[in-house]
Amino acid sequence: MSSEPLPPRAAIAVHGLAKRYRIGAVSNPAFRYGSLRETVVEAARAGARRIGRLSARARTPDAFIWALDDVSFTVDRGEVVGVVGRNGAGKSTLLKVLSRITKPTRGSAALRGRVGSLLEVGTGFHPELTGRDNVYLNGAILGMRRAEIERRFDDIVEFSGVSAFIDTPVKRYSSGMYVRLAFAVAAHLEPEILLVDEVLAVGDAEFQKRCLGKMQDVVHEGRTILFVSHNMAAVKALCRRALWIDAGRVAADGSVDAVVDAYLSGGGSAAADGLVPADAVRVGSGEARIRQVELQNRRGDAIGQLYLGQPFRIVLTFDVERPLQDALVVIGLSTLDGTRVASSFSTDGGRSTFGLAPGRHRIAVDVDVTLLPRTYTIDCGIVRSTGHDVDTLQRVLDFSALDVAESGADAYRWGTVRGFVRPAATWHDVRPVAAGEIVHAGERP
Amino acid sequence: MSVSDSALPILRIEPAARWTWPALDELWSYRELIGFLIWRDIKVRYRQTALGGAWAVLQPLVTMVLFSVIFGRVAKLPSDGVPYPLFTFAALLPWQMFAGGITNAANSLVSSSGLITKVYFPRLIVPIAAVTATLVDFAIAFTVLLLMMAWYGVHFSSAILVLPVFVLLALVTSFAAGLWLSALNVRYRDVQHAMPFLVQVWLFASPVAYSAALVPAAWRTIYALNPLVAVIQGFRWAILGAEAPTAVLLPSMAAVVVLVAGGLIYFSRMEDTFADVV
Repeated sequence: MSSEPLPPRAAIAVHGLAKRYRIGAVSNPAFRYGSLRETVVEAARAGARRIGRLSARARTPDAFIWALDDVSFTVDRGEVVGVVGRNGAGKSTLLKVLSRITKPTRGSAALRGRVGSLLEVGTGFHPELTGRDNVYLNGAILGMRRAEIERRFDDIVEFSGVSAFIDTPVKRYSSGMYVRLAFAVAAHLEPEILLVDEVLAVGDAEFQKRCLGKMQDVVHEGRTILFVSHNMAAVKALCRRALWIDAGRVAADGSVDAVVDAYLSGGGSAAADGLVPADAVRVGSGEARIRQVELQNRRGDAIGQLYLGQPFRIVLTFDVERPLQDALVVIGLSTLDGTRVASSFSTDGGRSTFGLAPGRHRIAVDVDVTLLPRTYTIDCGIVRSTGHDVDTLQRVLDFSALDVAESGADAYRWGTVRGFVRPAATWHDVRPVAAGEIVHAGERP
Repeated sequence: MSVSDSALPILRIEPAARWTWPALDELWSYRELIGFLIWRDIKVRYRQTALGGAWAVLQPLVTMVLFSVIFGRVAKLPSDGVPYPLFTFAALLPWQMFAGGITNAANSLVSSSGLITKVYFPRLIVPIAAVTATLVDFAIAFTVLLLMMAWYGVHFSSAILVLPVFVLLALVTSFAAGLWLSALNVRYRDVQHAMPFLVQVWLFASPVAYSAALVPAAWRTIYALNPLVAVIQGFRWAILGAEAPTAVLLPSMAAVVVLVAGGLIYFSRMEDTFADVV
């Protein structure tokens, strides 16, 4: 049972770790669990398939994905390692396996010391309970002993800045207060190994800065940390070493600068094909069906992320089943929590609707917008001028907007991202104001 | 840090074994979390209700009145020589605890999905906490029983000292059923819809409204495979001085042992996929 010995200096050793998911078991929440009837029907089908093995027609490929595929690495004690990669590359799965939430399909890992995992802030918070009660409950859930929570209680409340409301049920908290209290508990965990997943992306700018500061303290205490983030500035600030996970494999492992640069420049080659899965949730009357959504640069190469300010193209391929007289196409850019950032219709600027004959068609749209660093997703649809949906899809393709321009000359250097787009703005030079010039009324002596 | 490397425990992560026995020793190190989850359940249960903890009293009380009218007065079922309301209330106490326990436990994993997908802990503590939390309602309802006994002028015998054994048996039975139901519910939400029927069938298969003496002697052993038979007979013996449940104790205990052992094996077999499926 017990595998390779753990090298003496190592805190984490991972050997050939692999995790397989059934598609549909993870991707679409509506289909995550089956009913007994489905299973019975499925079992009957499987039996029939076994009997009819000779007929090639019956063989459908099993829909599995390898979220992790032969991942190996070692982390020494006291090392702080950033884990970077696109959405769905396997970063979170890696943390889930290492924190024992789910078992690997193959391979093994060994961890030396108490492991604390922080995949979300506020896990187990109960809205009906007071802030005080939730500190205890959440602390216990994250693996703290009661005595430990009692000892650190005052520090936690002070760090959160919600002490005036500590005996109020958290359902009355603002979302900012909630997150601050939750992070405060997590920040006072003291395990030897800490696994952190993108938890800095919460709260307001002020609080994020304090969180980053707190993380830095933790780093200096000599703890071993695996830190997953899309915030390259935070990764570079906290880590000396980084792992780039792509399509379930370790694409690069080395100094943080080298790995982050490799990730930012090489990520494009690994773009998803954008094919709309068969079980995608579609809304509309169905005369046409969108089959593929691609994000491309202006040369027509598929890309998975955008440099800061990079112009891009979205290409939709769709099948028309019944003719349409008055169609138009809409694309939307949204954040992953569903906030629509921008919409564009093919009729914008007075362009007319178009008729569609049965068959496969393709439409491209060139977009000029500087998206601030964040992961976005593309929504799209074919609609009629009457406003009726023909075929609309949400969240068909995720992509990241990066914090540096392709040339490297321009960058978004701030730890917090406020807003979604950078408008076209022209800044004029600063110039001295002559003594005799008219000044603002408030400044008049 | 000053901790020496060799002193730290090493955690090994490997693919799931197909059939395992749950790591019961690990539960002990998570005892504080079990305590916190029970405490949360109790604290939250009657929040934002007008009657609050009174529900713990009302539920068995209303059922008792219903049973007394229908089975005691109208159907005139025999009640082993004690007043029918007392006869049925002594059975409703463990019954409500059991029914509440399996219902809570069956839903426990699904309603804790937010925890299960984000934090590791032995999953067993979820149904354990769900079942144990029902003890509080039981304790509240028990005080009503004391009042009723004073009213009817019935006195305890020394058999009352054995009562905790039957309370424990009721808890273990609902835990055992809860193990199966909660793990099944993660996979098949059909369980949620089937629960009311299961509870109802189990109620009529247990001597809550009627006396076990009505069951033909030839069937008693099979009847006693329902552990609630021993629990309820035990309650009536310990509280009301009815006949001791010596004959039914063995088959009931045997059934519980099989149910728990099977439940533990099934649960730990399914446990590794909970986070992926729930």
